[in-house]
Amino acid sequence: MPILEVKNINKNFGELEVLKGIDFSLNQGEVLAIIGSSGSGKTTLLRCLNFLETPEKGSITVNGKTIFSDEHKEYTDEEKRLNRLHFGLVFQQFNLFPQYNVLENVTLAPKLLKKGTDEEINQNALDILKHVGLSDRVDYYPCQLSGGQQQRVAIARALALSPDILCFDEPTSALDPELTGEVLKVIKELKNKDTTMIVVTHEIEFAKEVADKVIFMADGVIVEEGTPEEVLLNSKNERTRTFLSGFGNI
Amino acid sequence: MGFWEVTLSLLEGLEYTCLIFALTLVLALPLGLVISFGSMSKFKPLAYVVKTFVWIIRGVPLMLQVIIFFYVPGFLFGTPVLSRFASVVAAFVINYACYFSEIYRGGIESIPRGQYEAGQVLGMTKKQVFFKIILMQVVKRILAPMSNEVITLVKDTALARVIMIVEVIQAAQNFAGYGLMWPLFYTAVFYLAFVGILTLLFGFFEKKLDYYKG
Ligand SMILES: Nc1ncnc2c1ncn2[C@@H]1O[C@H](COP(=O)(O)OP(=O)(O)OP(=O)(O)O)[C@@H](O)[C@H]1O
Ligand SMILES: [Mg+2]
Repeated sequence: MPILEVKNINKNFGELEVLKGIDFSLNQGEVLAIIGSSGSGKTTLLRCLNFLETPEKGSITVNGKTIFSDEHKEYTDEEKRLNRLHFGLVFQQFNLFPQYNVLENVTLAPKLLKKGTDEEINQNALDILKHVGLSDRVDYYPCQLSGGQQQRVAIARALALSPDILCFDEPTSALDPELTGEVLKVIKELKNKDTTMIVVTHEIEFAKEVADKVIFMADGVIVEEGTPEEVLLNSKNERTRTFLSGFGNI
Repeated sequence: MGFWEVTLSLLEGLEYTCLIFALTLVLALPLGLVISFGSMSKFKPLAYVVKTFVWIIRGVPLMLQVIIFFYVPGFLFGTPVLSRFASVVAAFVINYACYFSEIYRGGIESIPRGQYEAGQVLGMTKKQVFFKIILMQVVKRILAPMSNEVITLVKDTALARVIMIVEVIQAAQNFAGYGLMWPLFYTAVFYLAFVGILTLLFGFFEKKLDYYKG
């Protein structure tokens, strides 16, 4: 059974149809890379998965449990909140909490959600921060960190709630080129730990290396879906090839 | 009429000044937050009603509002409803809550949407997002305009004398009846000291929140 099944997701903003029937599924431990040009609906798709937007149509099923369906009456804030916990989201702009230090950023939500004793939560956060290479920065404030470090804190913050599926929205596109490597390295290490991930990215090389599955989106639909070899190296689809040629690939 | 006698008398007036100031602050700070939520409500009719209310309160001189609170209930019900002091406090609280609400609104709306979304995605409730993430950032951003407003409040307390409350200025004015003018100028010392302390206090808070940017 796949860990995530997305069926026929449709999302409109007023007249504008942004997602027009998105279907895909993902198995435990797989990494899905989503590529596509600007405005194709990649961010909107991640926001739907995280219940920041409500799709007009479709369903989302995690571990066999349908957490969103258009047949369901309107979801309450509390239902949305609980459903969100299946997913984690790492934003393009990090969105760290500026008034809290690194450790507090990571422990705030687990403490509010009473995920354990304060000691357990702190210890877990320190372990995660060690894995993302920030053990020596736990008492720094976000404004004292580089972009790459901030994004690694954001990843640690999302991991602290152990979501089933971790989503990344262009995690490196707000970073200076020399800082992207440290963030991509963390994501690769997460893959080795069997973390199920969806990564929206413009880093084609990275997608080739880390993804088990690649989706190419355009104008709110999935144009092509397959392994990195199929989509990124040997695509037969004209639109995919045109898109990729913009990156000097193929 | 010696210096000490005047000083003592002015200090008695200062008691009212301080009371009006403190009560207004304690009550208007939270009430302002409630009003700002009203004016930002997604339920449009409520937002319009609240905005109109704020427009009226900010559009009418505070002195007139004090008079209205004291005299109008009397006209309507045949007997004064609020004491002089309660009328002043009520008028001040409502007036300042409206000014505060606009400062809060500006502060709240200046916080990027990403801060709310980051909290939501982490499974926090709306209340937790507001009180644990947003509020402190708002406080930092509104400290400067709030200090302005609070300093203005110190001096606005003098308006209470319009319904015969003997605050500092009125206390000094009473001496003018005996041909003594200098107590009136002397009151400036009290205001300056009061505002000086507040300035130091706000400076202290600003320093306290200086540890982060954003
Ligand atoms: N809140 C909104 N209201 C109205 N339109 C929106 C909203 N959010 C997104 N859109 C529109 O939806 C379309 C898809 O946007 P989206 O951000 O999902 O694209 P994207 O694939 O993530 O693009 P990029 O690569 O630039 O990040 C765009 O045309 C955008 O203008
Ligand atoms: Mg996007």
